[in-house]
Amino acid sequence: MSLLDVQDLAVSLPLSLGLSGAFKPKTARRLEIFSDISFAVAAGETLGLVGESGSGKTTLARALLGLTPTQAGRITFDGRLRATQADFAQMRRTSAMMFQDAVASLSPRMTVGALLAEPLIIHGQAPRDLAAKVADMLHLVGLTADFAARYPHELSGGQARRVGVARALALNPKLVIADEPTAGLDVSVQGEILNLMRDLKTRLGLSYLIISHNLAMIRHVSDRIAVMYLGRLVEIGPTRAVFAQPLHPYAQSLIAAEPLPDPRKRRADLAISGEIPSLLHRPKGCVFQSRCPQAQALCRSDAPVLRALGPNRLVRCHFADPARLQED
Amino acid sequence: MKPPLLEITDLSVAYQTDTGPVMALRGANLVARAGEVIGIVGESGCGKSTLAAAVMNLLPATAKVTGGAVRFLGQDILTLAPQAQRALRGTAMAMIFQDPMTAFNPVLTIGDHLVDFQHQSRAPYRAKLARARDQLALVGLSDPDVILRRYPHQLSGGMRQRVAIAAALLMNPQVLVADEPTTALDVTTEAQILHLLRNLRQTYQGTIVVISHHLGVVAELCDRVYVMYAGQVVEQAMVDDLFHAARHPYTRALLACDPASFPNLTPVLPTIPGRLPDLRDPPKGCSFAPRCALRSARCTVAPPWAQVSPSHGVLCHEVGA
Amino acid sequence: MPWPTSPRALKALLADPMGAMGLVLVSLFVIMALAAPILAPYDPLALNVRAKLQGLSWAHWLGTDQLGRDTLSRLIFGARTALSISVTATGIAGAIGLLLGLIAGYGPRWLDAVLVLVLDSVNALPMMMLALAIITVIGPGTFTLILVVVLVSIPSYARLIRAQTLSLRRAEFILAERAIGASTPRILLRHLLPNVLGPLVIVLSMDIPVVIMLEAGLSYLNLGVKPPMPSWGNVLYDGYTSIRTSPTLVIAAGAPLVLATLGFTFLGEGLRDALDPRLASTRPR
Repeated sequence: MSLLDVQDLAVSLPLSLGLSGAFKPKTARRLEIFSDISFAVAAGETLGLVGESGSGKTTLARALLGLTPTQAGRITFDGRLRATQADFAQMRRTSAMMFQDAVASLSPRMTVGALLAEPLIIHGQAPRDLAAKVADMLHLVGLTADFAARYPHELSGGQARRVGVARALALNPKLVIADEPTAGLDVSVQGEILNLMRDLKTRLGLSYLIISHNLAMIRHVSDRIAVMYLGRLVEIGPTRAVFAQPLHPYAQSLIAAEPLPDPRKRRADLAISGEIPSLLHRPKGCVFQSRCPQAQALCRSDAPVLRALGPNRLVRCHFADPARLQED
Repeated sequence: MKPPLLEITDLSVAYQTDTGPVMALRGANLVARAGEVIGIVGESGCGKSTLAAAVMNLLPATAKVTGGAVRFLGQDILTLAPQAQRALRGTAMAMIFQDPMTAFNPVLTIGDHLVDFQHQSRAPYRAKLARARDQLALVGLSDPDVILRRYPHQLSGGMRQRVAIAAALLMNPQVLVADEPTTALDVTTEAQILHLLRNLRQTYQGTIVVISHHLGVVAELCDRVYVMYAGQVVEQAMVDDLFHAARHPYTRALLACDPASFPNLTPVLPTIPGRLPDLRDPPKGCSFAPRCALRSARCTVAPPWAQVSPSHGVLCHEVGA
Repeated sequence: MPWPTSPRALKALLADPMGAMGLVLVSLFVIMALAAPILAPYDPLALNVRAKLQGLSWAHWLGTDQLGRDTLSRLIFGARTALSISVTATGIAGAIGLLLGLIAGYGPRWLDAVLVLVLDSVNALPMMMLALAIITVIGPGTFTLILVVVLVSIPSYARLIRAQTLSLRRAEFILAERAIGASTPRILLRHLLPNVLGPLVIVLSMDIPVVIMLEAGLSYLNLGVKPPMPSWGNVLYDGYTSIRTSPTLVIAAGAPLVLATLGFTFLGEGLRDALDPRLASTRPR
């Protein structure tokens, strides 16, 4: 039984913004951010969602918590379908989000103490001794109680991350969606935050959806990964298997493009050419065909569907070869 | 032996703040010769960007050079008159920034920029424009005539960084400083820019100084690497030695922290315990000692610079001698 | 949880010499206005024709006007008029502007479109004509003055707040608040309001002297506060009519106007810095 189950989710935004947009009919042109997104997160599992900027991964995270309206699809969380704002309001008691910019996601004129107490107050779960509870929350993420008096801008990047973790965990959620949880952190601090998240996961029985462009990081923290390109999931599978043998050409290129900290493994050739196209010019057929080294006529005319190739592996490619798996 | 193009000796820089001077650089040394790609690697606050700014003579007004020299072909550029410094920038030295968007004026086209950057040349306008077009083609932009007419915001991040590289190379500088050149880019675009920079090396005669926090970028690009910690160079080595035979405990810890450096999944990622020292009051002894696994009584005294081989130096009591 | 520590903001305000000076000047005027009956040596309306147009003396520190009224007493009571009109008018206009701006900036887009249209229409009316029209219709007086100021200043306050709110509504911390389930009123009052209030406070405190000037100017033209009532503008007018015989009157009436303007402007500048924890922070990162 999955904790979070997403079926055929799609988000598009109206193209015309501004005052004139207010008077235009709702059927005006829309920009598709993503569509046909289906995946599940099991209880206690960490799913890593990988993609480059423009892939739609951040919008997807927001849509999952009802912060961005969806145009199609269904979100089931904790056994209940989530469709209305009331559903999502209820969902937010047992799911939380960590934002990409830790400092900017903390209201700038409130103290850390006030920020940590806020979810408890909003959901009517504030204990009588709120200060002690706040101190406990700070302690849980490895900060001392005196941090309660500080303002967000007085925190270092790592400290702001820890406050973000504490705030996400305030209501004892079952699912935490973390958008680039280590963006902007030095590698030595990145490890601290990831270890903290992993430690809390086992202690509190959490599930994570971790969104990042950082392949090296996501490889170590995820049980399964999902690769997103230009608004489509192109490959989903167990982390170890996907990194060992990526089946989608984009996943292959992405993994090959990552610079390795070893001068003996320098790449002579180029993993992938071109840049991710604008959402306004999404290629016809397969979204990756404009950059795919293996693209053929079929790829330019027909969009592939996400199909099962081997155990627990899904790939959206006409030509992905399951034979490669059997050699394994 | 050729004289070094760029030589930094005992450079110290302090930033004036409300709470006293912050010693951002404390006696940094660096040598870069023609044809070399130098890497400067370290975490935030280590002084690598201050070093880059000092090389380009672009330190902010709050920064004060408290000692040392930056020599370009033997001449101390920190003591030059402002006009002479400006003449060096762009012609002898150029810089590539992390976010090229900020380096361009949004109301000018790429062509305007690239012609304007050649203002120190007396060539006619058409020659400058032709040179700009050639440079754009050189950095792998397939349609240079179209790009010349575009405004900065009309280009993608990768294209902007290519244009920035073309602009930096316009006047054939002998020193090219690249400050986090791929940090703002996506993985696949980053790979392309790294590929481009590596290809440029074959024709470029000067020296490239790459500043990055990303160990992978340094490993991909550089010949020789300086590792910085708390305003000091703590280790200097050829790239292969650095990644395979690092000596300084900080370098080793930094390499161990990078999740990309170990192929097998680990339940717990390594970290470096403790914090950076406060550079308002830097420690008397070794800066890394409080976080170091190898520290001993000797580390309360400032460590000497020790050459473990002619091309490999380290600032440490325990592994140096 | 406490409101973002006001003692700290006060400390920051006092640490800034300009802010401290502004606070002192404004406090002096407030005290003057509140304690006018105690401070004023004479009844500001009492005529004493035998003592008309006197210069500086121990009996009348700032002399008397052509009706023998004590200038100092009239100025002290004039502070009361000036402050009550300007603070009331800017206060009302600021509150309405704040509300409209928040609604326009954070509410549904159709409502924003309607509000912007209304505000722009009010703004498009020539300000002076509007003021004169209202004065002509309902007659000059304190209430008219306040009404004119409120009507004329609401659009600019509302636009300021709307622009601030629009830029903040997409900020990550607002999204984070929504993600933990904060209600719209909570987001508006606890997260948007403190962040848009700073610019409004400074604009308001800088507009108070403008209103004081406007009051003085209109009163000088006999379109504001009605004559026997002491007001800086009336004192200035009286001084002007007898400027040849008794020039001290004009200087005495002009001085508080200048000092009040400076005081409120300094205070506004100081408040802007002091109210922002990012600027006021003394703790190193």
